[in-house]
Amino acid sequence: MHGVEPLAVAQPPPQAQYARGGSALAVHIYGWLLLLPAAVLLVAFTHYPAVQTLIDSFYSTPRGRRGAVFVGLDNYQTMLADPVFWRALQNNVVYATSVIPLTIALALAMALLINGKIAGRPFLRLSFFTPTVLPMIAVANIWLFFYSPGYGLLDQILGLFDSSTHNWLGDEHTALGCLIAVAVWKDAGFFMIFYLAALQQISPQLAEAAALEGAGRWYFFRRVTFPLLMPTTLFVLVNAVINSFRLVDHIVVMTQGGPDNTTALLLFYIYEVGFKFWDTAYAATLTVVLLVLLACLALGQFLILDRRIHYQ
Amino acid sequence: MSQISVQNVSKYWGATRAVENVSFDAVAGSLIVLLGPSGCGKSTTLRLIAGLEQVTSGRIFLGSQDVTALPPAKRRISMVFQSYALFPHLTVAENILFGLRVRKVPAVERTRRLNRVAALLGLDSLLERKPSQLSGGQQQRVALGRAIIAETPVCLMDEPLSNLDAQLRAEMRREIRTLQQQLGITMVYVTHDQSEAMSMADWVILMRNGRIEQAARPEDLYARPASTFAARFIGTPPMNILPVVPNTGDLLFGIRPEHIILGDTGIPARVQSAEFLGADTIVTCAYGGQTLAARVPGKAAFPTGATVGVQWHPENLHFFDAASGLRRDDVATSPREMPASPKNAPSFEEKRTCFAQK
Ligand SMILES: Nc1ncnc2c1ncn2[C@@H]1O[C@H](COP(=O)(O)OP(=O)(O)OP(=O)(O)O)[C@@H](O)[C@H]1O
Ligand SMILES: [Mg+2]
Repeated sequence: MHGVEPLAVAQPPPQAQYARGGSALAVHIYGWLLLLPAAVLLVAFTHYPAVQTLIDSFYSTPRGRRGAVFVGLDNYQTMLADPVFWRALQNNVVYATSVIPLTIALALAMALLINGKIAGRPFLRLSFFTPTVLPMIAVANIWLFFYSPGYGLLDQILGLFDSSTHNWLGDEHTALGCLIAVAVWKDAGFFMIFYLAALQQISPQLAEAAALEGAGRWYFFRRVTFPLLMPTTLFVLVNAVINSFRLVDHIVVMTQGGPDNTTALLLFYIYEVGFKFWDTAYAATLTVVLLVLLACLALGQFLILDRRIHYQ
Repeated sequence: MSQISVQNVSKYWGATRAVENVSFDAVAGSLIVLLGPSGCGKSTTLRLIAGLEQVTSGRIFLGSQDVTALPPAKRRISMVFQSYALFPHLTVAENILFGLRVRKVPAVERTRRLNRVAALLGLDSLLERKPSQLSGGQQQRVALGRAIIAETPVCLMDEPLSNLDAQLRAEMRREIRTLQQQLGITMVYVTHDQSEAMSMADWVILMRNGRIEQAARPEDLYARPASTFAARFIGTPPMNILPVVPNTGDLLFGIRPEHIILGDTGIPARVQSAEFLGADTIVTCAYGGQTLAARVPGKAAFPTGATVGVQWHPENLHFFDAASGLRRDDVATSPREMPASPKNAPSFEEKRTCFAQK
């Protein structure tokens, strides 16, 4: 220690000069003032509501003059006994496990296609990306027309082969599938951009080196391209998972969760409980469960996949 | 037997004539260097041999087989890229084994060959590393390993040493040459560094604007450059090329800096600068509106502005046609151009007067 001190005195680092001048406090205040606007926004719209939601989930819903009372885990027990919750959860799992792989596969396929040398590349890029710039509400309305029984696009095409009409969104067997198609169509273009950016980072000489070694296109994709795209895939995966729980605009427009709750996803159910039935405490409970679920998924993805991914 | 035979090969991209009517043969087990300035078509020629580009016209033979239309995988060629093109996510071992895995070589054989190559290149302790954890020279060796493990008769290299520092480059140069001779590989090696070409090659092909300027053994390229371009491209500093008759005339003469003798006698010239390089010094002199570079051994004591006498042996002179730049061997013996024939061993004074008075 004694050996070090004279040196430190001899050459004080810049911060130490402030400290000696007695204005360390000023520096801190300055720093906090700079952070303040962002911090206020974050606290007001993210952290406070999240904590408040967690607290609300342990209270009853205030009704009329009767305020909220602490009910412990009552709301959670109600949830476990709620068949609609289980239905929504099941729907959401089916929805997510279809939308996520389909979106990723489609995004990757489109990126590979337009990364290669094909005619009309700019046009293809634009058209693949277009669904992304449309708001989900607009997308849902477009597809609402596609799915319309009788005169909708889908029925018109099928009408060339047989004349029966289909109520795509009204049928329990097809409704969820229809929503899945919309979600895939909407997000694939967006994720494609990330894949495209990653593909352009891969040196074309790798493909040439592999070609000289006799590797076919599929072998090269499997051994080289796909592993090199893994960081992008992880990013896309996390976003796709979140989107599959987060985006419910199209349900509001197209099915309202029907028929018979076959298209009720978790967030849509939360919205119904909270803003249609005004059972805010139960909605808070469901929200907490959804958040925990998402956090676990994201964490799991990072922990499991991260170790196997090569970052450049 | 020639291992590689390139016959009248051209490659055009629209109006760009990257390679034009190039022909050469590589004897089995020899090292051919494609040398030339940037953009002269060296890489394109190499990529045509590899099959990574298709020829516009001409034929390419490997051994006795016409491979002009074959895809790269069928040509039995290995290649080292300038950027090494290592697979960043694979370990050194997997990088080297990549081709063997593609070709489904049995595991036992794979291990045997990997061990041999790793030992040959000193990579034994690095096999589990990723390319990003290697130095430039080590990455270069991995790229080399990937090329030689295939045991193909032909190996192509595109400026494999240009990313390395000078010392490592000299070291790798020797290693590659040794390896090539040891394994009897026929190698085509691209570089724009003339010293690399001179030190490694059995045969140098000097290219310019897509055409072959001169193809010769390194010593011949140095001793008998076919044109002013070749004369200036080989040697540091390059050959001095001056008109025989100052400001006019259709004849140029060339003299290498190491063949200039500075002394008290000879053509008087003024010292402009002296650049000490350790073993020798490059002295730049002005004479008759021209500059001459001379290489003199040791640290030469020629202060700037001093007057020195410039002399040379006439047999060290080269003559070139001013218009075409081509070598002219008839001049030295032609009585009209050269009253004092070299056989008579004229004094340097005589030589000077011969140039000065013309
Ligand atoms: N894919 C291509 N399309 C069009 N022109 C090309 C292409 N590849 C190369 N060229 C042109 O062909 C000429 C020769 O290129 P090449 O890459 O063979 O040069 P090089 O001798 O290897 O140069 P360097 O030493 O800079 O690598 C250049 O003028 C280049 O612009
Ligand atoms: Mg090149």
